[in-house]
Amino acid sequence: MMPMSAFGDVADWLTEPAHWHGSDGIPVRTWEHLVLSGTSLAVVCALALPLALWLGHIGKGGALAINVTNIGRAVPVFAVLVLLAIGPLGLGVTATIVALILFGIPPVLTNAYVGVREVDRDTVEAARGMGMTGWQVLRQVELPLALPLILTGIRLAAVQIIATATLGAFVLGGGLGRFINAGFGRQDQAELVSGAVLVAALALTVEGAFELLQRRLDPRRRVARLSDRRV
Amino acid sequence: MRPLSTGCLVRNDWICGEYLRSRRSELQDALIQHITLTVVAVLVGLVVAIPLAILARRLRLTQLILGAATVIYTIPSVALFSFFIPFTGISATTVAIGLVLYSLTVLVRNVVAGLDAVPDDVVEAARGMGMGPTRLMVRVQLPLALPAIMAGVRIATVSTISLTTVGGIINYGGLGNLIFGGLQTTFRAQVITASVLCVVLAITADLVLLVVQRTITPWQRVAAR
Repeated sequence: MMPMSAFGDVADWLTEPAHWHGSDGIPVRTWEHLVLSGTSLAVVCALALPLALWLGHIGKGGALAINVTNIGRAVPVFAVLVLLAIGPLGLGVTATIVALILFGIPPVLTNAYVGVREVDRDTVEAARGMGMTGWQVLRQVELPLALPLILTGIRLAAVQIIATATLGAFVLGGGLGRFINAGFGRQDQAELVSGAVLVAALALTVEGAFELLQRRLDPRRRVARLSDRRV
Repeated sequence: MRPLSTGCLVRNDWICGEYLRSRRSELQDALIQHITLTVVAVLVGLVVAIPLAILARRLRLTQLILGAATVIYTIPSVALFSFFIPFTGISATTVAIGLVLYSLTVLVRNVVAGLDAVPDDVVEAARGMGMGPTRLMVRVQLPLALPAIMAGVRIATVSTISLTTVGGIINYGGLGNLIFGGLQTTFRAQVITASVLCVVLAITADLVLLVVQRTITPWQRVAAR
C-alpha cells in the first residue's frame, strides 16, 4: 500500500458499516477497552488512594511513594504483561487487568502522597489548633487542598491504563488493540492504522475529559506531572 | 510420557542456565539493538528538543509546543508505531521515529522548564556585560538549565529503554523481540531473561547518567539533593 492511498484506505475501513457491527465490531471493542480500563482504574484508586492519603497524613513512607514511580518507569509494561500471560494467569483478560492495575498504581500513589505532604503545614497546624481531630484534618483540610494533584495522578493513571490495555490485545485481552493485532496478523495496513486511530482517539478523549474535569474543579490548577511515563 | 531430556529448556523453566549458555549471541544482538535504538532516540530527541525549546520561548509558543507534546505523549506506543508503518514499513526506522517523538516530548518540557528557571537578574547581568543573544544562550542560559535538562535525559532514557520493548511486536525492539517471540512460543526462560536484562539496562543507564550529571554540573553538589 502506498502512503498516499493509506489515508483513503483507512477512511474506507473506518466507515465500512460491517466494522461497526458484531462481537468484534468497533463499538464492542471500544466498550471492552473502557470496561477493562475503568475497572482497573477503580481498583487502582481503591488500593492506592487510602494508602497514599494515610502515608501523607502521618508524614511517613515518602521514599516508598517516590520509589514506586521510579521502579514503575524502569520496568517495561510489555514485559510484565507477557510474563503474566505465559505464567500462572494465562493468556486473556486476567493478565491484562493485573498489569493495568500494577502500572496504574504508581502515578496515583505518588501524586496523592505528594499532594497531601505539600499542604501548607501552617494550615494544618491552624486546623489542629481549632480542635480538629486527625480524621477531620485529613477530610476537611488536606484532602481538598491535595485534590488537584490527586486528580493529576488519576489522570496519568487513566492514560497509562488505556495505553497498557492496548498492549493487552496482544495477550488476548480484548479492546481496541485487537484491530492493531489483527492488522499485523493479516498484514492489513488499513485495519492496523484504523486501530491505531481509534486507540489514539480514545486516549486523547480521556485525557481531554480529565483536563475539563480538572479545570471545573480547580481553576488555578497546578500543572505538576510527577509521574511521567509512557507505555 | 516423560521427556527424554530433563534439561531446564525442555521443562520450560523460568530460570535456565542452559538458555543463557546456548543463546548468548542472540541475547547480545538483542541487547545491542536495544541500546542502539535508545541512544538514537534520546540523542536525536535532545538535538531537536534544545533548538525547539529555545525557539518556542523566543516566539512565545511554549504553551502550543507543550500542548503538542502532551498530545503525542498521550498516544499509546503501539498506535504511534502503527501510524508510521504505511510510510516506513516494518523497520527499525518506524520504531526509532516513535521513540524519538516520545523522548522529544519529555526533553522539550524539561529544557523549557530549565530555561524558565534561569534567574532574570543573571540574564540581565550577562546582557549588561555586553553578551549577545547567542553567547548568552550558550554561555549562561543553557549551562544553568543543565540540571533540568539532565533530569529530562535520565527520564527519557529510562522510559525509552522500557518503551523499546513494544517495538518487539514488529521485531525491531531489541530485547522486546525476545519478549514477544517468547510470548508466541511460551518460552519462559527467554521472556524472563530479556525482561530482567531490560530492567538492569535501565538501572545501569540511569546510574551512568547520574555520574555524567554530577561531573558536568559540579556546582550542583553543593546544593544537597
